[in-house]
Amino acid sequence: MSRKTLTRRQFVAATAMSSAALITAPYVRGAYAAGKLSIGFWDHWVPGANSASTELVNQWAAKEKVEVSIDYITSNNKKIELTAAAEAQAKSGHDILQMPSWWPHAYSENLEPLNDVMEPLIKQNGEVNGTVKYLGQSGGKWLAVPATPGSQIKGPCSRIDLMKKYAGIDVQEMYPAGSPPKADNWTLDTFLKAAEACQKGGFPFGIGLGETTDSVDTAGAIFQSFGAELVNAKGDITVKTDQVRQALEYYKKLIAFLPPDAPSWDDASNNKWLISGRGALIMNPPSAWAVAKRDAPQVAEQCWTHGCPAGPKGRFAPFLPYFWGVWSFGKNKEAAKSLLLHLSSPSSIEKFVAVSGGYDLPAYANMTTLKTWAEEGPPKGTLYHYPNPYNHQTLSIAASPAPPKIAQQIYFQATLTKMALRYSRGETMEQTLAWAEGECEGFMRS
Amino acid sequence: MAEVVVQQGRVARTGTRKRGSLRNALGRKSTVAFFLTLPLILLIVLLVLYPAFYSVYLATLNKAMTKFVGLGNFTFLFKRETFWMVVKQSCIFAITAVVFKALIGFIVAHFVHNIPGKKQRKWRGMLLVPWVIPPAMSTLAWLWLFDPSYSAFNYTLSFFGVGPIPWLGDTFWARFSVILVNVWYGAPFFLIMYLAALKSVPDQLYEAAAIDGANWWQRIWYVTLPMMRNIIAITTLFSLIVTFANFDIVRILTSGGPLDTTHLFATWAFQVGIQSSDIPLGACVSLFMVPILAVAAIFILRDVTKRGNEA
Repeated sequence: MSRKTLTRRQFVAATAMSSAALITAPYVRGAYAAGKLSIGFWDHWVPGANSASTELVNQWAAKEKVEVSIDYITSNNKKIELTAAAEAQAKSGHDILQMPSWWPHAYSENLEPLNDVMEPLIKQNGEVNGTVKYLGQSGGKWLAVPATPGSQIKGPCSRIDLMKKYAGIDVQEMYPAGSPPKADNWTLDTFLKAAEACQKGGFPFGIGLGETTDSVDTAGAIFQSFGAELVNAKGDITVKTDQVRQALEYYKKLIAFLPPDAPSWDDASNNKWLISGRGALIMNPPSAWAVAKRDAPQVAEQCWTHGCPAGPKGRFAPFLPYFWGVWSFGKNKEAAKSLLLHLSSPSSIEKFVAVSGGYDLPAYANMTTLKTWAEEGPPKGTLYHYPNPYNHQTLSIAASPAPPKIAQQIYFQATLTKMALRYSRGETMEQTLAWAEGECEGFMRS
Repeated sequence: MAEVVVQQGRVARTGTRKRGSLRNALGRKSTVAFFLTLPLILLIVLLVLYPAFYSVYLATLNKAMTKFVGLGNFTFLFKRETFWMVVKQSCIFAITAVVFKALIGFIVAHFVHNIPGKKQRKWRGMLLVPWVIPPAMSTLAWLWLFDPSYSAFNYTLSFFGVGPIPWLGDTFWARFSVILVNVWYGAPFFLIMYLAALKSVPDQLYEAAAIDGANWWQRIWYVTLPMMRNIIAITTLFSLIVTFANFDIVRILTSGGPLDTTHLFATWAFQVGIQSSDIPLGACVSLFMVPILAVAAIFILRDVTKRGNEA
């Protein structure tokens, strides 16, 4: 076997020639000439849904010649919130970070204004709802772009058979697939009667009273249906009002018909309640139904997602949007904005909705009648009314319209569910209100 | 010229002396020990001291972290009802859990100590399992056992006509559950420490006590316990610190509920600091553990030193 050896002279000559060639060579536009972009996306819990984001980003990256890297960050145990807090503190991290509802306001000082992205998007996709504006805008400045993946309405998901049998309510007739709702009689009073009937029948409504978002979101919608606000839009404390008292009275009656362990429920408990066939209704996006389709098909084919009951001040549905934010300290803001436009195009939105089996919700008015929601099943049309196609309910978030930085604390300290629970456990109305007032005073810190 | 030579000689001698002293210093055991521990010291400075001082700094800022407010956050906390509830709960949780861990560890250590050679090794291994499993993982298993809807405990109790017990939905049971899991997780640590202490008690002392006619209880009270006192004190202090700062068990089982009645300093600090975006207040809550633990440490360690001096 012959072996060619490289002499010291040959090595020096080769190195010198290569260096000279590199220095004198003309600039050639490379595959990633437009720089790098680092993205932190929410890790979707629908299997395969992340692949849609990856495909869309890669498609855009190839066209724009940007080198991209994507991290999928789970929302379990607040990993996204921790990532956002760490990156905001370090002033370093991803260029784009997907963040939950309250975070654009929490980090408003660190986010790049995105009016130049949102204005063309609204022209293209239609107006966004009030909750998106409340959470995503500050002083006319768009802090972040509403993300389709992860955004959800937490309306009722009812068992068709149990609601018919015990409460005498035909949810399919009330919310027919393909046509407008006939839900004038679907009020909070009807809801309470149905809760009682189903509880007596052995299938209580699965509504949590814990401190996690599902419990808080339901409480928020019920309080808003009574016009009950703990802090108003101006930032004044408005706990001791008739509306708050009415909402608490209503909740006390409702709690009597809920499972006794509801105070310890987390966001998985209501899903399990429905999938196991123990309850007639939960307030949740269609994730529980999607799991039931796999694990308990006989339950899934009896599920129907529909609108919320109306109260004296209107019909409110809990809406929890995710946002894509661009850090002001990001290194490639122009590329980030270009990618957000691409991810919010109608075709991208349609893809997000399709791969998530209808779970993901776009925030734009023109995007609520996609074929996925009409076709998903069984039963066919079960998700038709999920995206609120006829705008017959107001999409809202608990603790609004308080200024977002105060509302965020009311929301995460679960003040609404705690009030309901305290009152139902024997505290007097005035004690509960005084406690809530004290809490809200504490949330006024700036 | 001669002067120069002399001076050069002096310089040379001084240089040799310096090199010699450096060599001596490097050769000293304490210097070697210092260099060997340097990586660990640097790690502690980086991962413990720096964050600790940084959290003190954070605790002096306003919510938006734009203004220095001194002790303003602490005075704000002192007026909060929930804060005092958290202080009370943290004390209940830590003290109850440590007492039970110590008691169970002590009793089981005696049982294991009395098992003959080979079998003892097996039992020791098995009893250490709860301590070896990462608590986040084992607590998830406990969560399923306590699950509001599908509790295995409730299922079993139903055969005896008992329950269902709202393990995590009622204040008493929720506190009971988080303490139970902490005891389950932490008792093996006490067991192994006490077992080591038991093995170091000289047999002659027991023999002497037996000759004096001491019964089983007197042997424990007058021989075992005094010989284990320092280990018990240090183990208790160590466990008190860790239990006070517990996060994962409460976070996974109850998230602080129902009605905040199981929150500890760490879980409430997380809720206030991260979830409600009030990092300075969260830092304040977690820093409040320091004076409480410092007082406990002073009392326990002072006792240990005193006994050390007596010895």
